[in-house]
Amino acid sequence: MNMEPTTQAIRPEAAASAPVPANCVIEARNLDLTFQTNDGPVHALKDVSLEINKGDFVSFIGPSGCGKTTFLRCIAALETPTGGSLSVNGMTPDEARRNRAYGYVFQAAGLYPWRTISKNIKLPLEIMGYSKAEQEKRVNQVLELVELSGFGGKFPWQLSGGMQQRASIARALAFDADILLMDEPFGALDEIVRDHLNEQLLKLWARTNKTIGFVTHSIPEAVYLSTKIVVMSPRPGRIHDVIDSTLPKERPLDIRDSPEFIEIAHRVREGLRAGHGDD
Amino acid sequence: MKSLVAVLTVLAAIIAFWYAACVPMNIKGVLDQAERAGIEVTPATAKERRDRGEIGLVVNNTFAIGETWVQERPRLPAPHQVAVELWETTVEKKITSKRSLIYHGQVTLSATLLGFAIGTGLGILLAVGIVHSRVMDMSVMPWAIVSQTIPIIALAPMIIVVLYSIGVQGIIPKAVISAYLSFFPVIVGMVKGLRAPDAMQLDLLKTYNANTNQGFWKLRLPSSMPYLFASLKIGIAASLVGAIVGELPTGAVAGLGARLLAGSYYGQTVQIWSALFAAAILAAALVALLGLIEKLVLSRMGVRA
Repeated sequence: MNMEPTTQAIRPEAAASAPVPANCVIEARNLDLTFQTNDGPVHALKDVSLEINKGDFVSFIGPSGCGKTTFLRCIAALETPTGGSLSVNGMTPDEARRNRAYGYVFQAAGLYPWRTISKNIKLPLEIMGYSKAEQEKRVNQVLELVELSGFGGKFPWQLSGGMQQRASIARALAFDADILLMDEPFGALDEIVRDHLNEQLLKLWARTNKTIGFVTHSIPEAVYLSTKIVVMSPRPGRIHDVIDSTLPKERPLDIRDSPEFIEIAHRVREGLRAGHGDD
Repeated sequence: MKSLVAVLTVLAAIIAFWYAACVPMNIKGVLDQAERAGIEVTPATAKERRDRGEIGLVVNNTFAIGETWVQERPRLPAPHQVAVELWETTVEKKITSKRSLIYHGQVTLSATLLGFAIGTGLGILLAVGIVHSRVMDMSVMPWAIVSQTIPIIALAPMIIVVLYSIGVQGIIPKAVISAYLSFFPVIVGMVKGLRAPDAMQLDLLKTYNANTNQGFWKLRLPSSMPYLFASLKIGIAASLVGAIVGELPTGAVAGLGARLLAGSYYGQTVQIWSALFAAAILAAALVALLGLIEKLVLSRMGVRA
């Protein structure tokens, strides 16, 4: 693991100064978010600038408190930044939310226990007013996409944790959002299930061509999945490094043993260590 | 099977205790009767016996023990006496008879159910308001709590008098008292239930840009069901108490409360106890019925059996 990172293969991105490309979906400029707490202000995000292009798979990685989830929530308009600018699909995040621009997958599957898997996936469709026939069609589509066909009639408790999480991804895919935001979706699952779901997620991404924002704690997961890895550091939450992955789009699981993979993982680890230096 | 044995053992212990309690409770009455009938008892006169402990009297007059369980007007009737009275006033009496507990029971039951319906409806409506409006939360909840600190026995006559003065009588005043008692558990349970969804579930709905209405029907209301049923079970029992209490101050001629009152006027303890048991059995049946409905609803909602 003592390899020197070769900067030709992986080049850091100077996000703030680069011109905005035409296919930029999410753009943050000098984003700040300060929470007022009883113990004084907490800088959750400080001067965060980032561009996410259409079809990107962007992972956010960093220790607890680095603001990776907060940043994702800002994109989803679940938090409101206190400074800087943020646009999603060329709109403010809140407009994008009202236009149902993204599907959000939480750490817990959060399926309604009183609804079957099919009915859970229909939840956003009902709220958005899709016709019954259209709901049915889409449920079958996304169930097939996450390899849960045949489980539509089951209640959540009848499924394993991994299957529940797949169902919650299906729920986020059911409506036409081009952006998929995932907040540590596999954090509570064991390694083997996680590997499998990562593989599936890549396939799904290739098939749907969505733009994915993915928060994780796991270096292998981030490197395996992403086209772009955003390494963040805490107090205040900020971007420490942005790594463009050189891995091919086609990624079998054993790509993780390739020198290229190990190289990128090494750079992520270095970034995490440096960002953590003060404590 | 094992639990059945345990349940029967507890039941047997309660009945045995009850029979045992009848002996000292009724011994003075039995001895007074025996004395009048010319049987020798120790001590010989009622005046002497007055200050004696009951246990001592039993020990000195063991012949009288059997009599304590068959008194016509005992202080504490024996279980079989209550059972016989219950049997006679339910199965053997025609339903139209003024002595039929079925007749009195259904009078009380109709007031109970009407009051329960009003109370539950009111409780749910207020809970919905409280959950959605901060002003209502701060203005209604304290009054709901205060309302339950007033003893219903003090309030019931006033409710009846006030309603009577505006021309409302019959089943309505009793139902109002029932509703007064039953809305409270419903409001508390529903407020808790409607607030049960966690932040993540509310965030999820926000990402769908769902409105308040959709949030209520699709998330809050289904989440509150287990809480609602727990409240309903308390509420229906409280309703029954309310209806019975509502029958007491008016000297009502019909209803389980009227039975209790008449029994106490005429020293008919057996009648009082059988009315009490009828009320308890009725309450148990109502709670069991709600339990059944709960099971059906929750199993349709996919809750693990």
